Parts: sequence; structure tokens; C-alpha cells
Amino acid sequence: MSDLATLTRQALDDVAASTTLAALDEVRVRWLGKKGVLTEQLKSLGSLPAADRPAAGARINEAKAQVQTAIDAAQAELESKAIEAELAAGRIDVTLPGRGEARGSVHPVTRARLRIEQIFRRSGFEVASGPEIEDDFHNFEALNIPADHPARAMHDTFYFPDGRLLRTHTSPVQIRELKKGRLPLAMIMPGRVYRCDYDMTHSPMFHQVEGLVVDENVSFSNLKATLQGFLQSFFEKDLKMRLRPSYFPFTEPSAEVDMSCVFCDGAGCRVCKHTGWLEIAGCGMVHPNVFAAAGVDGERWTGYAFGMGIERLAMLKYGVNDLRLFFESDLRFLKQFGAA
Amino acid sequence: MKISSSWLAEWAPTSLSARELGDRLTMAGFELESVAPAAPAFDGVIVAEIVEAVRHPQADKLQVCTVVTGDSPEARAAPLQIVCGAANARAGLRTALAQVGAHLPGELKIKAAKLRGVESAGMLCSAKELGLADTSEGIIEFPVDAPLGISVRDCLALDDEVLELSITPNRGDAMSVRGIAREVAALIGVALTSPDCAAVTPTVIDPALDDRAKATLAAPSACPRFHGRVLVEVDNTRRSPSWLIERLRRSGLRSISPIVDITNYIVLELGQPMHAYDLDKVEGALTVRHAHESERCELLDGRTIDLASDVLVIADEAGPVALAGVMGGQRTAVSPQTSRVLFEVAWFTPSAIAGRGRRYGLTTDASQRFERGVDPEIGAMAIERATALLIQIAGGRAGRVVTAEDRSKVRVPQTVALRIAQIERLLGRAFSERDVTSLLTRLGMSTETAGVGVLKVRPPSSRFDIQIERDLIEEVARLAGYDELPTTIAHARQAILAQPTSVLDEQRPLDLLAARGYHEGIHFAFVDPALQAAIFPGAAAHTLANPISSDLAVMRLSLWPGLLKAAIENQRRQQSRVRLFEHGVVFPVGECEKDCIAGLAMGSRWPEQWNGGREPTDFFDVRADVEALLSLSDVPGAFTFEVATHSALHPGRAARILRNGISAGWIGELHPRLVRELGFVSAPVIFELEASALSVTYAPYLEVSRFPQVRRDLAVLVDESVSAEQLRAQVKAAASSLLREVVVFDVYRGPGIESGRKSIALGLILQDKERTLTDEDTDRVIASVRKALSQGLGAGFRE
Repeated sequence: MSDLATLTRQALDDVAASTTLAALDEVRVRWLGKKGVLTEQLKSLGSLPAADRPAAGARINEAKAQVQTAIDAAQAELESKAIEAELAAGRIDVTLPGRGEARGSVHPVTRARLRIEQIFRRSGFEVASGPEIEDDFHNFEALNIPADHPARAMHDTFYFPDGRLLRTHTSPVQIRELKKGRLPLAMIMPGRVYRCDYDMTHSPMFHQVEGLVVDENVSFSNLKATLQGFLQSFFEKDLKMRLRPSYFPFTEPSAEVDMSCVFCDGAGCRVCKHTGWLEIAGCGMVHPNVFAAAGVDGERWTGYAFGMGIERLAMLKYGVNDLRLFFESDLRFLKQFGAA
Repeated sequence: MKISSSWLAEWAPTSLSARELGDRLTMAGFELESVAPAAPAFDGVIVAEIVEAVRHPQADKLQVCTVVTGDSPEARAAPLQIVCGAANARAGLRTALAQVGAHLPGELKIKAAKLRGVESAGMLCSAKELGLADTSEGIIEFPVDAPLGISVRDCLALDDEVLELSITPNRGDAMSVRGIAREVAALIGVALTSPDCAAVTPTVIDPALDDRAKATLAAPSACPRFHGRVLVEVDNTRRSPSWLIERLRRSGLRSISPIVDITNYIVLELGQPMHAYDLDKVEGALTVRHAHESERCELLDGRTIDLASDVLVIADEAGPVALAGVMGGQRTAVSPQTSRVLFEVAWFTPSAIAGRGRRYGLTTDASQRFERGVDPEIGAMAIERATALLIQIAGGRAGRVVTAEDRSKVRVPQTVALRIAQIERLLGRAFSERDVTSLLTRLGMSTETAGVGVLKVRPPSSRFDIQIERDLIEEVARLAGYDELPTTIAHARQAILAQPTSVLDEQRPLDLLAARGYHEGIHFAFVDPALQAAIFPGAAAHTLANPISSDLAVMRLSLWPGLLKAAIENQRRQQSRVRLFEHGVVFPVGECEKDCIAGLAMGSRWPEQWNGGREPTDFFDVRADVEALLSLSDVPGAFTFEVATHSALHPGRAARILRNGISAGWIGELHPRLVRELGFVSAPVIFELEASALSVTYAPYLEVSRFPQVRRDLAVLVDESVSAEQLRAQVKAAASSLLREVVVFDVYRGPGIESGRKSIALGLILQDKERTLTDEDTDRVIASVRKALSQGLGAGFRE
């Protein structure tokens, strides 16, 4: 029988010399396996005197444990090296962009409209719509704009040969909703409108949002509060608002709404023509003639209405400076916007 | 409307600057659009007199003028020599001299100069050179009594500002200096002053002449009042004085001749349009009447118009001489030779004038005022003022003012009852009866108490916009100031609104398409008729009577024309990959407007990237996008894609989309004919869905089976003409209720398959709710499916 210490040293040398997990396993089998060299040593114990056997057995087991520990350590190290090698081989360039489709966009005018709708919806308003091809009654007559009224000159109207027309404002939806007789009501009516006018600052098709609130004692001061609240919410600014007397046939009193310029906070800049104010809406108390045309009792009910250009709101919100960009579908323009 | 602040101050003196005044007017409903100096900056220009003008020795067109700048003997003894090119430079003329050192508009500095060898110590100026006119003929001519040596700025009162105000259509009464002055007086509490408008005593006593000024009112409801007056021995060749020219200029008008200038001046100052006829061109007496059908009239602008029976005219015995309240006629127009003038100052009912001018494309100072309403009581004052001015400027003698009228038809302002409590109800702020009375009185209204809390208010004759209580409440708010009204949040309404789940939130399809790479476009709803006809040959569309241009003349039948045009434009801008969608209404003839969602995709499958997606977008890429849209309805199984043909789509690559068998839209590759005609470099795939097809229906809940699924695959050989949809339908019909799902997992053509046939690999997934399926169960289903496929579709099977 070889010297146990020598055997142990040889085993430990074998372990140290193993550079792969497979080689290490061979070493383990050779020394510690069922027929391994150290295992065989235990079988030779029988040839020893009985009194010596426990001590010799303990020595052999100790040697086995020593080798096993070395194998475990070597195995751990080799495994970790293998993982490292695998990781090194599996490295990718995570800075490359993701595969597949790129982001599209929702049109800035639609985004602005949806935002307007959301603000009003959350404040208890309903959203209504109406036809874009209208008749004279809903677009003009019922809104207190009889034929030959000078205000018709302010609406460059597109007509069809049968006398119908493309609505020049969203106000006809007011009439359609009032005629339903569901009062009180609070609603907004966004939509496309058309005017026969096409230049730098006018598009023959654009979007308006109309608001209408009718109740038994709605007042001009409620109108002021609604508009101010909306503008502050839409622009997320603590902006000032002022109302100037104006004229619309379908409201009285009527007002133009100015808000403090969102670019210079009212200090005066190019956008607000150095006035500090931006014209943003028209509004007023529903005219008794409009109530009469829609069959609403104007003594019992009062109401306010307002109208705004959505393109204008979108231009101010997103800093777009040319109205025409909205209708050209230039992808270089559209790509700058995201989802709604 | 442009209005000079000095002219306004003559009527309503204030200490406010023009800007401050403009701001006050803005907040009272007369929006200040701009304030501009009456003249550009210049200095060193004084009034001088030419005492001698002789031909320049070296130049035919130049004169050498001897000019004095003062009346004193010393000044006359020290004349200046000025070379001048104006034809009207002549001895005795008082004009504008820019002295050496003067600064003129356009950064011009005057220096002593030699012109063709002759010294010139300054420059005689035209109105244009001083920035007072766009064009000028010759140098300025001042009256002979203009003080020599004073600054031209003082002489013409140029240190003045011009307010440009926007007047709303309800306030015809404010379309004059007097009208705005009335507002200023009410706003800042000063008294309205008025210049001398005393009656001019007639100096021509000739009843025959007076008869020529007497109009017959044949349509008294339309024209119930007509003041006429004849002036004789007028010299209309004279120049209007510079103060008059200046006032007209500051209001945006050019000087024509004394007679015309005065009629213009009266309308600007008093808001009363008037007309002057050359009496010697008028045949007999005037009649105010409606036109006869087929009558014509040649207007001052040279156009001849066809009149209609609802158009009011002024006619003489030979026919119409003016389109009443709009424009005069050519035949009786005044000229420099006119010496006998007939002034017309009429009052027309607004409804008799409204819209008539616009019908002929005319919007004139007169028509704008008459259709909004002219004060019926101002005419008498206007004709006296015009007379006095004409005599002052062009000489002449006046006959009597002859007034034809039907008093019963002249508008008298009606009293309006105002309930004081209604003011608070409508404005949200209480006003006392005393406050209301005080505010309304400032506007020239008279009030009296008519019961508890009720006022009876009579507006002045100038106001046409005060007809109902509401009009008075507006006046109270306007004069008190809208800023003075409170801002009050209304009590919240507590009604719970119906919010049906079937209504798809609009934002979801938009966001979905955006997330799948589509960009939303918004296109005009009127499209090119040629493009639309190419897409929908023979389809009728709503055609505009007055399109903005011929290529925006018909209402769209689909969102495709707009999307295709936008795609072409983007291709032109070097965007080879285009993904666009639009949401909007289309306008089929004879049906309601339809809300649609449409899209277009062309170019590579993915945007350019490092790992694939370079192959062209095809039908199936876009179909996946459409299927994603359809799944928003929560019942994707309700939709089928059916082989169909559409004029705009490739006949072999088009499908009609059905929801429960009802047409909901189209998808397909653009027809190769259109690809070529429109100039696409690659064929776009397009789709369109009716938005209503996306209404949400919740699919019923199905219990999940606890028993295992079995899958059997079939490789089915069919003719090319057999569609996957047909296979699927046949399988579903033939299989028992054990069939859970059919997947198409391969489509193969090529070696091993005879030409004209294809192999479609189907995976059938079977499952029972009650038990585990046996082989016999499965075999039975598969046998029945195989039988149905081979009998129904001529299918074979690859094993």
C-alpha cells in the first residue's frame, strides 16, 4: 500500500491540474469513485489489526474529505469560469434600437380636441356632434341671422346648388341639441367647419368647439368662471382672462375672450403683437331669439354659449406657427407629435 | 374704421392719449386694431411762397423758384433759390419747403445742392415726399392765406394719431366720428360738442329749381324721407382745402373734387351717406322706387348691373340714376365742370338696402351704414353742413332744402321694458335702478319708471340695436365694464350621464393606429373631382356651387382621395415610407354623413433599421393593423374578410370587410392603374372602415374546459381559387362542437404540388368540456372534416 500522504498529494495535484469540468470529474472518479484509489484504501483496512482500524479509517476518510473539498472548490471555480465564458460569448450591443415598427402619431388638432373634450367631460359636460352639410335654418336663421343680415358677410359660406351649405360654425349643433328639449344641459360640440377663405391665416376647413350650458339661472359670471377654468386647465397656466363686449347675432350680451399671452405671460411679444393679450374665443348669453327658434322657454331658462378655434388652441399649445401645416400631412411635421 | 384722434376730440374733448382712448373703446366693444401716427416723422419743413418761377437754363422740366418763408419785409428781402421739378410750381403758390437740414421720411436729409449747375437751398415737397399720399401730382398746394414760415406739421395738424377701430355689425350708429364721439362721451363722462351745423339761408329763390330737388316717394316704406337741395354756380374745379384732404386721407379716402369730398366728409363725420347729382344731367324730377324687372343701371364704378324688383333705385324721368343707398349712377355723376349740384340726403329702411349691394359685389360706405341703420333724424343737419361746406370751398349759392317724407313710415325707436331683477339673473351682479338709469342716460336713452323694478327705456333715434330687454342688459354690462362682473362657479349639476359601453372611446383606435406606426392626417373634406372619379368612376358626389378652386370642388365619398394625395405629396418630399390614417366623415349622396377611419401604408414593412423589415409592406401587414382595430370591438370573430372587387383596388388583392355579414369596410392594394396614374413608386395598401362597425359588444363568457386539448394537423391541397376563409368555414361547418379553433400555419406552393394548386396547413384544436377525448372521437371529427373538404372544395390531402 502506498503512503496515504503521498496518495493524497497526488490526488490534490490531479485536482489542481484539471482545467475543465470533465477532467475534474475524471479525477473525482479516479480518486473518490466506487473503485477510486482512496476508496480502495478503505477496503485494505481489513488487513490491519482491529485496534488500528479506527485510526487508519479516520485518516483515510480525512484524506478523502480533503480531496473532496479541493474538488468542490475547483468545480466552483471552473463553473464560474464557464459562466463567464458563456456571458462573454453572449454579449449583445444593447444600444442598438429595438426591432419593429416606430411610433406613429395623433394629429395635434385631434390631440387638442381630445384634451378639450376630456377637460369638459370631467367637469360634467356631454359631447355632441352634428352634420357638416347643414341647411340655412340651422346654420343661420335659427341663430338669429336672417337672410341679408350683415353678419352673413362675415361668414364666407360654401353652398350647394340645392341651397344647403357647409356649416360655417358649430353653432347649428346648439339648435339641434336644444330642440331635443333635454334641459338643463351642459355640453360641448366640437367639429369641422368651413369658410370660403384661404390664405396664410385662413383655412377653408378648420375646427371649432362650441359650448352650451342652459339652466334656470345660468349667468354671465358663470360663463366667465367656466372659460377661465378651461383656459387655465388647457394651458396649465395661471393665466388672466378678459372679456370685451362684442357682437354675435346668437348671443347677447356677447364678448370676445382674450387671455394673457401664453408666450410672454402678458409682458408683450411678437405673438401677441405686443398687447399682452391673445384673442381666444367668442361667447355670450344665448339670445332669446335662438331659444325661441329652438322651442325653449327663454323666460324660464337662461344659457351661455362659447366658441373657440381648435387650431388656434393647438397652435398656442404646441407652438405651431403656420396654420397650413395642419392640413398638409407632411410626415416631417406629423412625426413630431405622439399619441393622444 | 379709421378715425383721426384730433377730429374725434373736436366732438368729444378728452385728455386721454390716442392709445388710452383706444383701449377704453376696446373694452366697450369697439376693438382698437391699431394706432398709427397721422404722418411719418419729418422736420424742417415749413410753409413757403413761390414769388417767381423761371425755366431752368439747362433743363426743360425744372424750374428755378424764388421762395420766401415769411411775410415781413426782412423775410421778403431774403428769398431762397430752390430748383423744383413740379409742373404746378408757380408764382404765388404757397407750398411745403424742406429747408437745408430737414429730415424727410425715408431717412432723407436735405442738403444744399446744385442741380444742373443751379444752386438749390432746399426742396419743395409733394404730399408723397412727406409720406402723406401714395401718389402725388406736383408739390403741395396750401391756401393763399396759409401762414408763411410755420411748420408744415402745424399747418396740417399732422401731430395727430389715427385709430383703427373695428365696428361690429349691430353698431351702424358708431360708424362715424359723431357716433364714436357719442360713445366716448358716455364712457368718460364728457359732453358731446358739435361743430357749426346751422341752416344755410337760401340765396336762390326759384320754385322751379326747388321742384327739381323734390323727390317723389313711390316706395315710402323703403324710403320715407328724402331731403333734396340744389346749389348753383359751384366751382368744382377748385382743390379741396388741405384740412379736408387731410381728414379724408386719415380716414383712408382720396380727395376727388370738392363736391365728392364733401359728400364723403359728411358720411365720415355724421354717418349720413349722401349723394350729389349733376343737376344738368338729371332728366326732370327724381323718384325713389323699386326697379322694374329688366331695368339696368350704369354705376359710378363703370359697371352696368341688371336690377330686380326688390332693389330700390333713385330714378329720373329717363330711368335709374342710382342704386339707392349703395352707389350712384354714371349718367348723372358730377364732374369738374359741374356747376349745378343736386344733393340727396335720404333715409332708407335697413331691410330695403340689406344685401342689395352684396348681390352686385358692392360693399360701400353708404350700403354698410344704411343696412345697419342710419339715424333718420340726422339728415336735416347733414344737408345743411354739406351746403355750408360746399359754399365755403367751391362757392355757389343754395336753394331751399326740399323734404319729401312720409312720417308714418319713418322709424321711431320703441320703448323697451327693463326688469331690474333680470339684470342680476343674467349678469350675476345686482344693479340698482338708479345705477341703471344713470348708465342708460349717458347713452342718450330716456328712462321712466313703469311699475316696481321696471323701467321703460327709449333709445335714441340713432340706435337700431335696442329692441328687447336683453339689448338693454347688454348696454348696462358694456358700460359698467365686463371686468366689473363677477366670476362665479356655477353649482354643480348632479345628474349621472348615460355612458353606453357600446360606444367606443374615440381615442382608442387613434392611439392604436399611432402605436402601430400610422400618423394621423387631416385633409379637406372637398376633394379633386378628377381624383375622386378615378377612384370611384361614375359615383355621384355633392358638388359645391362656389368651391375655393376647381380641384377642391366635390365632397369626398371616402377618405382615400385625401390619403392618396397626401401620400403622393410625401413621396415627392422624399418620404418613401408612408403610414397615414384619417378619421372623419364622408358624404355619400342620398345617405347620412358617415364617420370613417381609413389608412394607407406603403414602402418598407418597418422603418429602416439594422435587423430586417426591408421588404415592402403588403396586404397582410395592413390586414393585421385592421384586425387590431376590429378587435377593439371585443368581438373580432364577428368580422370576415370576403374576396370582392373594388374600382380602386387590385382585383386579386382586395377584400370587403363584413361585421356579422354586413359591409363594414374595405382593404386592398391600390389598383395598378391608379398606382401608375398617380405616380406611386410602390403600391400602397389602403383600408377604410365605418367607425360604427367598431361599436363594442362584449363576447359572452365561455367556461374554460379542464380536459386536455388535442391537436390534429391537415395539409389540404386545393385549387388556387379556394380561399382560406372558405376552408375555415367548411371546417367549422363539418366539425362537431368539439372544435375549439382552426389555425392556418402554412401556405405552400412549389415542388411537389401541381401548378394551380396550393397546400394549406390547418391545425385543428379539439376539446370537450365534459371528458378527455379518445382517439376515436378525434378520428371521427377529422374524417368528417376531410370528407367535407374533399366533397365541398375538391380538396386532397398530403400525408
